[in-house]
Amino acid sequence: MSHISPVIWQYLVKWMTNFALFPPEASRIAPQMDALLFFITLVSLIGLTIVVLLVVSFSILYSKKRHPVAVQIEGSTLLEATWTIIPLGLFLIMFVWGALIYFRVYTPPANAMNIYVVGKQWMWKAEHPGGQHEINSLHVPTGQPVQLTLISQDVFHSFSIPAFRVKREAIPGRYTTVWFEATTPGTYHLFCTQYCGTNHSQMIGDVVVMTPGDFKAWLASSTSGASLAQNGERLFASLSCAACHNTRPDARGPSLANVYGSKLPLSTGESITADDAYLREAILNPSQHITQGYAPIMPTYQGQVSEEGIIALVEYIKNLNSDYRIQQTTNTTDLLPESEGKAASAAAKTTAPGKVNP
Amino acid sequence: MSDTIVSLPDQSTARIPKVNYLSKENGLLSWLLTSDHKRIAILYLISITFFFFIGGALAGLIRLELLTPQSDLMATDTYNKVFTMHGVIMIFFFLVPSVPATLGNFLIPIMLGAKDLALPKINLLSWYLYMAGGLLALYTMMSGGVDTGWTFTTPLSTHYVNTNVLTTGLAVFVAGFSSIFTGLNFIVTIHKMRAPGMTWFRMPLFVWAHYAASILMVLGTPVLAIAIVLVALERTIGIGIFDPAKGGDPLLFQHLFWFYSHPAVYIMILPGMGVISEVISTFSRKRVFGYTAVAFSSVAIAVFGFFVWAHHMFIMGISNYAVLVFSLLTMLVAVPSAIKIFNWAFTLYKGSITFETPMLYAFGFMGLFTIGGMTGVFLGTSGTDIHLTETYFIVAHFHFVMVGGMLMAFLAGIHFWWPKITGRMYPEKISQLAAVVTFIGFNLTFFPQFILGALGMPRRYAAYPPEFQILNVFSTAGATILGVGYLLPVLYLTWSLKYGAIAGNNPWQATGLEWQIQSPPLTENFTELPIMDHEAYDYEWLENQKAKEVASVG
Amino acid sequence: MSDSPAIAHGAPADAHLEHPSYLRHHFNSVEQQADTTNFAMWLFLLTEIMFFGGLFTAYLIYRNWYYPAFVAGSHQLNVVWGTLNTVVLIGSSFTMAMGVWCAETRRRRGLVLCLTLTCILGLCFLGIKTVEYREKFEMHHVPGQHYSLQSFLDPQSNPAVFAEYHDKPLALDMARHTEIYFSLYFALTGMHALHMIIGIGILVFMIFRAQAGAYTAGHVTFVENFGYYWHFVDLVWIYLFALLYLISRHQ
Repeated sequence: MSHISPVIWQYLVKWMTNFALFPPEASRIAPQMDALLFFITLVSLIGLTIVVLLVVSFSILYSKKRHPVAVQIEGSTLLEATWTIIPLGLFLIMFVWGALIYFRVYTPPANAMNIYVVGKQWMWKAEHPGGQHEINSLHVPTGQPVQLTLISQDVFHSFSIPAFRVKREAIPGRYTTVWFEATTPGTYHLFCTQYCGTNHSQMIGDVVVMTPGDFKAWLASSTSGASLAQNGERLFASLSCAACHNTRPDARGPSLANVYGSKLPLSTGESITADDAYLREAILNPSQHITQGYAPIMPTYQGQVSEEGIIALVEYIKNLNSDYRIQQTTNTTDLLPESEGKAASAAAKTTAPGKVNP
Repeated sequence: MSDTIVSLPDQSTARIPKVNYLSKENGLLSWLLTSDHKRIAILYLISITFFFFIGGALAGLIRLELLTPQSDLMATDTYNKVFTMHGVIMIFFFLVPSVPATLGNFLIPIMLGAKDLALPKINLLSWYLYMAGGLLALYTMMSGGVDTGWTFTTPLSTHYVNTNVLTTGLAVFVAGFSSIFTGLNFIVTIHKMRAPGMTWFRMPLFVWAHYAASILMVLGTPVLAIAIVLVALERTIGIGIFDPAKGGDPLLFQHLFWFYSHPAVYIMILPGMGVISEVISTFSRKRVFGYTAVAFSSVAIAVFGFFVWAHHMFIMGISNYAVLVFSLLTMLVAVPSAIKIFNWAFTLYKGSITFETPMLYAFGFMGLFTIGGMTGVFLGTSGTDIHLTETYFIVAHFHFVMVGGMLMAFLAGIHFWWPKITGRMYPEKISQLAAVVTFIGFNLTFFPQFILGALGMPRRYAAYPPEFQILNVFSTAGATILGVGYLLPVLYLTWSLKYGAIAGNNPWQATGLEWQIQSPPLTENFTELPIMDHEAYDYEWLENQKAKEVASVG
Repeated sequence: MSDSPAIAHGAPADAHLEHPSYLRHHFNSVEQQADTTNFAMWLFLLTEIMFFGGLFTAYLIYRNWYYPAFVAGSHQLNVVWGTLNTVVLIGSSFTMAMGVWCAETRRRRGLVLCLTLTCILGLCFLGIKTVEYREKFEMHHVPGQHYSLQSFLDPQSNPAVFAEYHDKPLALDMARHTEIYFSLYFALTGMHALHMIIGIGILVFMIFRAQAGAYTAGHVTFVENFGYYWHFVDLVWIYLFALLYLISRHQ
């Protein structure tokens, strides 16, 4: 944080934001980033002043009128070293400081609450785990780390909240994440900052920061009924995932209880952490992500499930913390109207061998 | 007369030399089929000026639209096409060839003591390729434009627009080969065609700067070419190489594109830095301070410049550790530029300084490039880049280095070598006025954009929140002043062709082989093969020569 | 007075000492001309390496990610044709090198013969490539709208390939990635073929000039420099052959 006296710091910030040179600081990282911005601005100003002073003073002192004969000077190794090492030193300080902030912005804490954001031409869709959906807006509470998991349905977009000083590209084909902790209630700009076609400049919205109490109330009033996990459970059932991913001893797929966040041994021998990105990839490109000990028979669901659907499935799997929960799903599966025909064929398939003997 | 170094021959008796490269042959074909590097330079000068004003008109349209927060001057689609074409034309058809293809072509053989570049026919081919690319770009504009942004980001450019991506890609591809051949010609000439006695460290720094830029042209541009080919294939037959649905990765395009496009910015600025070295030396009457440091820093920029491309991708989901590496390397590439600025400043120390127009532009360059360069450090610092990237801060940054830097250097060079190229002097007072007007207009146009970016205004927005309006209005006001500043030189330089004072061989009393021959030069540059027996920027040698001349004539 | 006395002067630049007609006027000597054009050709080949480099980078990355798809795709290529093409092209490099030697030793007829053989072998290469491309077209392995995953989902539908490799069927998601393999195949070999076509065009031009004795009177740089280009194109093919045709032939 800043080591300047808090009084001076507050005064500086107030002056800057009132003069509208900086957006308001509404997140925990914002003052940290502003401190570095101030430092670089200061160094730049000093550097510029030095250059201008040198040029102006030399131009006056050594103008032709005052100094008609030039003195030929080859150079000075000392000076070269000075103006190599000092700028390099300053730049390296900025590099280290900036890297610290960068890592901080893109390394979410463990207790971050997750919100999924899907960007598409030309709107942002935010999905809270409780099932609240927003378009071109994002409601978040103060005092709670929030992680955004971003993906695009079509082209590159970029999710930018200047007041929080965070920004992250939303890319088709993979998740990207960023986190923040809002500090000041209010409404702030949300922009798409990666050119994405005709209505790029219309892909803007509001980030609404609320006190925790207000946020709870908002959640309660905006829920559409089913949470993301519940939607995911429905999808899990209707896509017949439970046909293989169940708790039966001869199941053809690994049980997904507690799989989120665990280290999975793959059939290739390496071991990876099952995070959001892995789960998404496993659904879309399963043949490259076979858990050790299982046959490579999982079909791909590319084209059968949208990005929102995958998000719902991921949310469901994240909350699968027991075999019992899976059993509930399987039971529900059998009860769903759309799985009548599938239950019969699934029963027929379970007679075939599943697990591969290691 | 005591505060200028201009030394013109007696105007009542002076004449343009009868035999020179301009008068040697007449007729359109003698120009269109020439192999004379100087004529090719003039062909380039006319063409890039033409494209500059088209790009400038597009810029004017952008600034007009941005006067108001709503998208009310033109449809959003049109605005998107306008800023795309502005970028494509300004970068590929103005900035990249500006100094190398005009001043570089004209001067490098003369500065080295050669009669022409190593491959004159390839040089002419370069110009035809440039014109072909340029005409394709014009055709694109007239047949509906393209609206992907000059960066052709996939998948937008491959699957989500139905504008002229292919023709624009082809235009850039063809212009790219023009650039490759120019760079190839320069490298070969510098290696193989220096006059006897012209060692590497006796070459003017202008040549060193072009050597470094040529390395970048030659090694970087082919990668852009292949990136464009892949975009074209993806767009036409859907090969899937950038398409996540088929297993491709859109980030691969970003890597291939920026692998060229970052070195491209050094291709654009290095030749300008070469011009500044020459101008500052001449108007301080001093050898450039730290010649070796300046020469090596050019090459250092070229080498390091190849290893920083992913700083354009810091927020795109590349790994944090990759960001560390590229941020560090970006800091390293910033240092040689700082070295140059200080060396130029210290060239003024104990010099004998005059303030003719080229020197004014050079001073403008030093101030504006310092600002532009330092704002680059804001962006190379990974943490602050998160807030500033993809906003008007970036737009301001690259306009400061490219327009405040490169374009000022180009104008400095045009004014500096105008007497050599044409044999005529331009009118001094109005040219100084134009330089000052340009400087003022530039700052008013682009400085507010730093603030806009820090406030969060994104780039490539046709409409914006109303609180950003006042700064945008300042910016547009500045742009009108800037336009005047750029129009004036076209007018008075054209005027000078007929009515300008006769310049003589060496109106600036500069060192350098080009100032020891007639203005305009002969087609073969030299009547006899020169032998270089003195260092670059040897003003004492110049004094001796003048003393000898006076003695022998008298 | 054009040049000021300020420059020390060497030999008069335009004094017409006996110099060959092929010495261009901006060069001081035949040696300088040869050296310079030589250097220029090497530099140009360096740019060509950078040009192909982008495609090789893409190949590296995707082969790493989708190895099974690359194996399956590579098995669909006919190694016999590929080997034949490699032999043809190496042969043409040999005849080209012989041609350079003929030019240097002023053997006009030998040069014409060697250039003609090189040209014929080059055309052979392109002919074989056409056969291969047609086969790929018929098998629906050309990326784009008509790309078919049949050969990878059901390897037995392609009996000749199956008999040789006994490939297992690929999962659907991995099978989709074979399109990337073929994109790279066509981009790489297509770029290579384009360079071959340009080379053959220049060869035809050279055959006529060689017949007229242009290269056997001491001025061999054109033939030499073209030789470098031709060898480069050959070298690129050898890399392509190894990288595209020979992936995991014996599992």
